[in-house]
Amino acid sequence: MTELELVLQTIINSLIASSFTAIFAVGLVLIFGIMQTVNFAHGSIYMVGAFATWYLYSEVGMPFVVAVILATLLCAALGLFMERLLFRPMQGNLFGGLIVSVGMMFILEVLSVWLFGQGLMKNMVPVFKESWHVFGIESVTVANSRLLVFAVATFILVAFWLFMSRTRLGWAMRACAQNPEAAALQGISIGKISMLAMVISAAMAGAGGAVMAPLVRITPQMGHPVLITAFIVMIVGGMGSIEGALIAAFAYSFFHTFVTTYVGGEIATILGLVLMLMFLIVKPTGLMGERESV
Amino acid sequence: MFSPVQRNSAGIAVLLAVVCILPFIVRPYQLDFLIFMFINIILVVSYRLIAITGEFSLSHAVIMGVGGYASALLTIHLPISGWISMPLGGVAAALIAYLLSFPLFRMKGFYFLIGSFAAAEAIRLCWVQFINPFGGYRGLRQIPVLEIDLGDFLYIDLGAPVPYYFFALIVGLIFLIIMYRIEHSRFGFVFHAVHHKDMLAQSVGVNARRYRTIAFVTGGFFAGIAGAMVTHYITAINPGLFGLKQMLFILVWVLVGGLGSFAGPILGVVVLSIIDESIRGLDELRPAFYGLVLIVTMLFLPDGLVSLPDKLKQGVNWLRNREASDVPKRE
Repeated sequence: MTELELVLQTIINSLIASSFTAIFAVGLVLIFGIMQTVNFAHGSIYMVGAFATWYLYSEVGMPFVVAVILATLLCAALGLFMERLLFRPMQGNLFGGLIVSVGMMFILEVLSVWLFGQGLMKNMVPVFKESWHVFGIESVTVANSRLLVFAVATFILVAFWLFMSRTRLGWAMRACAQNPEAAALQGISIGKISMLAMVISAAMAGAGGAVMAPLVRITPQMGHPVLITAFIVMIVGGMGSIEGALIAAFAYSFFHTFVTTYVGGEIATILGLVLMLMFLIVKPTGLMGERESV
Repeated sequence: MFSPVQRNSAGIAVLLAVVCILPFIVRPYQLDFLIFMFINIILVVSYRLIAITGEFSLSHAVIMGVGGYASALLTIHLPISGWISMPLGGVAAALIAYLLSFPLFRMKGFYFLIGSFAAAEAIRLCWVQFINPFGGYRGLRQIPVLEIDLGDFLYIDLGAPVPYYFFALIVGLIFLIIMYRIEHSRFGFVFHAVHHKDMLAQSVGVNARRYRTIAFVTGGFFAGIAGAMVTHYITAINPGLFGLKQMLFILVWVLVGGLGSFAGPILGVVVLSIIDESIRGLDELRPAFYGLVLIVTMLFLPDGLVSLPDKLKQGVNWLRNREASDVPKRE
């Protein structure tokens, strides 16, 4: 593999990583924008998506597509449940939502251990065995299941963008994020919008988990590193800003993948965190964040 | 009959007596549990010192780990005893907290929360990554225990549970008194002021950021010593001990107990640790239990366990009033 081919391979890996990071982080940011709370259980929803896909596909024997769709629906239902039972009573309590989501994270992790047992390596049989040679170059390859991640993530992001910019419901959601009181005065039900936001966000995390399931080790703690990445992206992009999160997801994923390829994984995360702190010294509100929240 | 002061001091005296007898009646493994409870009490009270300035930090567990690692490395590589390295561990933790405060206190609210989490994770990953001083995932082993050695006159090996129990008890009590005094000093009042009336405090010339930094560094110092105390007792540490889970446990203790008063976090540690200990058989369900307690407390007792008596009193009063108002209706 020549130097140029390695660079090409890394660029393609970065693109796939950034598409996944983007759907995960956008869900987190959406919740922060609408409900002013950080959902620590977002990584656990991703984990539930992966577990559900593994169970339905490998153990029950459903077709992969059906398993992915069912897992996504399950996560959406989980999101709905969390909004109604946990975040709704915590409205207006700045840290309340965050704290109950931490509790939910513990519960979901233990639940997955209790249902499926710990210590077993749950590797899924890859659904697509072939891989694609990029531009016909022999040594630059992408496994088809990674292409699926890219395709699904891009599809979800485009659909989400169309929803937010073209439909009345999307406008209502943006209005809620900008100014909840004014939105309520216009007759927008904040409760319904919060519910919808939580469902969309959980479905995004769940779908991400479902398509990532064949590629990663499925463990109850698999959400933690992803959550840390999403936090970095969220802060650098500016909390509550979806555009900022998208830009930051791409920038961070490229940085992280390149450093991982050339130096090493742990170093990449450390450098990423240090860069984030340095960036915040220069601009404490992130890339697209507006004013400081008091 | 008795004044509140008399009642309080009588209560404290009884509590002290019980605590002093306890190590001779409980089983050895329960002694470990008590020692960790004392160390956790130091930890949560030092956390409260930071939290009363209005910012929730998620770096406390790692700051504690900094103290532990610093003290361990000093005793392993240099010919100094744990008695000197332990305060130095606290100083190291305070120093790291001071360095972190520069980027972190430019942020507020959620930015601070997530920023402190990220900064702490960076430090923790350094312990994993740099195997040479820190030992990687497996961490440090064979850390010397503390000992009191006065030649023929007196020798106490603090690696044993009973002496260490009293050591942790004494250190814990001293730290609690110091932190109580700090909170009730002029400094402590300013800490409360920058939390509740940030703008007002700044407009009368209080440098809010400076006071937040002072609280953060002081809290870090005590957490560092708590970390060193853990280190020299279990004699082996690894980065996993100071991860997200430990930090979240601190948060749970503080919030379930109640952040509003000095006794709240202590109550949180004691109650949750005892319940935790009594379900020891169901080891893998413990985090879920914590999660459940956390959610239920936040939903029904937002001010924590310390507010439980008030809540009960309110409930009783409400019932009485209803009965009283019911009576005329029947007539």
